Amino acid sequence: MQLTLWTYEGPPHVGAMRIATAMQDLHYVLHAPQGDTYADLLFTMIERRQKRPPVTYTTFQARDLGSDTSELFMDAARDAEARFKPSAMIVGASCTGELIQDDPGGLSKTLGLPIPVVPLELPSYSKKENWGAAETFYQLVRTLAPHGPEAEKAADAAPSCNILGPTALGFRHRDDVTEIVGLLEAMGIHVNVVAPLDAEVRDLLALRQADFNVVLYPEIANPAAQWLKRSFRQPFTKTVPIGVNATKDFIREVADLAGLDEDSALALAQSRLPWYSRSIDSTYLTGKRVFLFGDATHVIAMARVAETEMGFKVVGLGTYSREFARDVRDAAKLYDCDALITDDYLEVEAQIQALQPEMVLGTQMERHIAKRLGIPCAVISAPVHVQDYPARYSPVMGFEGANVLFDTLVHPLTMGLEEHLLHMFRDDFEFNDAAGPSHLAHGTVPSPVSEQDNAAPVHDQATAVTPEDQDEIIWLGDAEKELKKIPFFVRGKARRNTEKYAAERGLAEISMETLYEAKSHFSR
Amino acid sequence: MTLLHEKTRRALPLPASSGCVDRPVLKERGQQEVFCGLTGIMWLHRKIQDAFFLIVGSRTCAHLMQSAAGVMIFAEPRFGTAIMEERDLAGLADMNDELDSVVEKLLARRPDIRLLFLVGSCPSEVIKLDLDRAAQRLSQIHSPQVRILNYSGSGIETTFTQGEDACLAALVPLLPPEPDSAPAALMVVGALADVVEDQFGRLFDQLGIGPVRFLPARLADDMPPVGPNTLILLAQPFLTDTVRALEERGATLIQAPYPLGADGTTAWLKAAADAFNVDAETFETVTQAPRKRAERAVGLHRENLQGKRVFFFPDSQLEIPLARFLGNELGMSALEVGTPYLDKRLMAHDIAALPEEVTISEGQHVDKQMDRCRAARPDIAVCGLGLANPLEVEGITTKWSIELVFTPIQGYEQAGDLAELFARPLNRRTRLEV
Repeated sequence: MQLTLWTYEGPPHVGAMRIATAMQDLHYVLHAPQGDTYADLLFTMIERRQKRPPVTYTTFQARDLGSDTSELFMDAARDAEARFKPSAMIVGASCTGELIQDDPGGLSKTLGLPIPVVPLELPSYSKKENWGAAETFYQLVRTLAPHGPEAEKAADAAPSCNILGPTALGFRHRDDVTEIVGLLEAMGIHVNVVAPLDAEVRDLLALRQADFNVVLYPEIANPAAQWLKRSFRQPFTKTVPIGVNATKDFIREVADLAGLDEDSALALAQSRLPWYSRSIDSTYLTGKRVFLFGDATHVIAMARVAETEMGFKVVGLGTYSREFARDVRDAAKLYDCDALITDDYLEVEAQIQALQPEMVLGTQMERHIAKRLGIPCAVISAPVHVQDYPARYSPVMGFEGANVLFDTLVHPLTMGLEEHLLHMFRDDFEFNDAAGPSHLAHGTVPSPVSEQDNAAPVHDQATAVTPEDQDEIIWLGDAEKELKKIPFFVRGKARRNTEKYAAERGLAEISMETLYEAKSHFSR
Repeated sequence: MTLLHEKTRRALPLPASSGCVDRPVLKERGQQEVFCGLTGIMWLHRKIQDAFFLIVGSRTCAHLMQSAAGVMIFAEPRFGTAIMEERDLAGLADMNDELDSVVEKLLARRPDIRLLFLVGSCPSEVIKLDLDRAAQRLSQIHSPQVRILNYSGSGIETTFTQGEDACLAALVPLLPPEPDSAPAALMVVGALADVVEDQFGRLFDQLGIGPVRFLPARLADDMPPVGPNTLILLAQPFLTDTVRALEERGATLIQAPYPLGADGTTAWLKAAADAFNVDAETFETVTQAPRKRAERAVGLHRENLQGKRVFFFPDSQLEIPLARFLGNELGMSALEVGTPYLDKRLMAHDIAALPEEVTISEGQHVDKQMDRCRAARPDIAVCGLGLANPLEVEGITTKWSIELVFTPIQGYEQAGDLAELFARPLNRRTRLEV
């Protein structure tokens, strides 16, 4: 049993819903009690989808448990086929459905439905949403793809690929697909099938026609891509094209798979990010300490962007995607930091408090944590909220994606000259750090970190500063005053460093002198 | 019994003996697009300030709670989920030991908590995890600092607002006994926004009704006493089990319509006033000014809403009283009024106030109901979050029913706000030229 106040991923059947909802003519019959219909609102409200997800819930109740819940399932499946006329169906159970062991797969076989029915086994008590999406997509591909015609290709035909992984409720999947399709077509590659997003069932039969697969979201597409490689000898891409350099690497990898000339493909590289990053206005970005948390794909890719394309310093990163823990640990080594592998946001919050980064790149959860701590934050990964579906075109992949990322990462920060002025004239009553960046209309930034350190909420002992630090060392008035003149986003770090410095030297009091001694000691 | 102040409108009939209550009801069974009772925690955990709600369930329960709230948590909420895992179900871990240690961890983190609800879910009910006994066992360990109760908010037994009913019913055994000799006291039952509760408190005070207590109270130690001289007045229509439990402890239910709109609020207050023998003159003096204010505020929206046809999908259990308000006070007509389940006794006055031609449906087959809604082409449909955007795309204006639960709508001062909630979506349609 695990105490959970908030969860990064839903249950695995929500992952299956993401596949069903992404596709155009697939229906999902889910053996589930009534409350499980809440998941519809993820798609209709958060993603603003115009249609209800193609999901029929059997809606069993307590009084059905004694009688025949399997009959209920069969009726629901039969009715759903008759009403929605899907081209294929997936069937399975939610967490409660799993416990009553009705075997939706077996039951649906006895119905003799005129369409392919793919049974799903998604263990709700050990797996989560992304796993469920990956497993569902894999089962669909495995069941349907072999029935398509064998690959046939004219000798002079253009190289072709499939794009695998985009789903409903994904982080910027809609626009990433547009961007990457455009990129591949510009390279002279024919995009055979994009799946599951907007795919029809018959598209899955055509998967084997392609020369290779492009895996945009390994969390979702890896098992299917591996199976396609084994079964049809289709290689697949390993590079996720997020950022200028990763997109270039992606082009090289694709050119190699497609047998195209690498240099002419790279000539397509057009992004404003390199110049924007090199222009002197961006100098203030140098060495900004960032912490990243999210799904493995986005965290690994964004750490590279942050460090090598923005000139930030990655001070910590982590993921809730346990399946990809090793990849994230490897990435962390590149930046000399430890990877945090957890799905407990309190641990993430504690880590952010301990590291005192100047910026957080995370999910909607980290946005809340950062807001509480007064740290600028940009959202780079699912889980998503309604604001992660902007009306404008805003991919994070490809060259336009790199432009979007530059803006996304700069926007929450106080701009260069403004930062200097804040530093110089700290006591200006309306132009001070507590007022927040002037281009963000959020009003006052919540109380800065250092103040929260002292007044850690009672309930939050897990994340509070260890009391010994404060009991033993006293801040003298002038030092305390001076500390307040340090910008709030580094003030917590300065406080900690100074206290550490004092503790290591056995000092009982911190004077202004100590503060500046410590500053010079720790200066980077 | 009193007639209402304005005879031109359909009076709210007070006695429940009317034949109108026994009207035909369309009963349906099928996919039900309604939240489960766990969602009640969303407002209950804010209402009872030193209570914590620990769902014993699955990842789905935890995901529901954070998704249904529409927002992600800001401060640490006073609810959480003890997620059962494979090893619990496989018997590799003793579920009771696991639960005990989760509770211990939780209470150590939150020393401010005085009341802990263990909330049963679909999976915990299906595997028959005995939360009754768990609550008793844990109470022995943690009392007197923390009292531990349990109820089920599972989707196989409860819908949406029924969770509050289950929670309040679980509180009833905890209420201190009031002696037979105690004077009559009024207990207003059902969670209300604090501001509404305070308004009602002032009105009852001016009417000379007292003592007046509210269930749930804002703090665990302030829960009201109950006894044979307790008169209960329901602020919410979905409290079947709570009423039964209170009646078992000797309390008497005051039959009344629900305090929605100017007339609804007047009739509700009047029912209490009659029970406490408040004279007509005092009642008129006290209620006149706020009632006029409420009528004026509601009246501002009548022009836009009069004659508009409304279709209710079942959701919050407030559908029938809302349809009565929209019909009587705004001149709207209900086409179908869906309700997750129908308690004819508690709904008696509000049902009786609905015209005969209105279809009342109980339960749901969402696909068939969507078909009926499309065929009826209402001017506005009241529905859950999962259905709203798809209906809008089809050209049907909607009002999310959850907003009617999360917004203060009861009482005189909120009557205008309640009307506005229905006027706004229609207003928006007329503004947009895209």
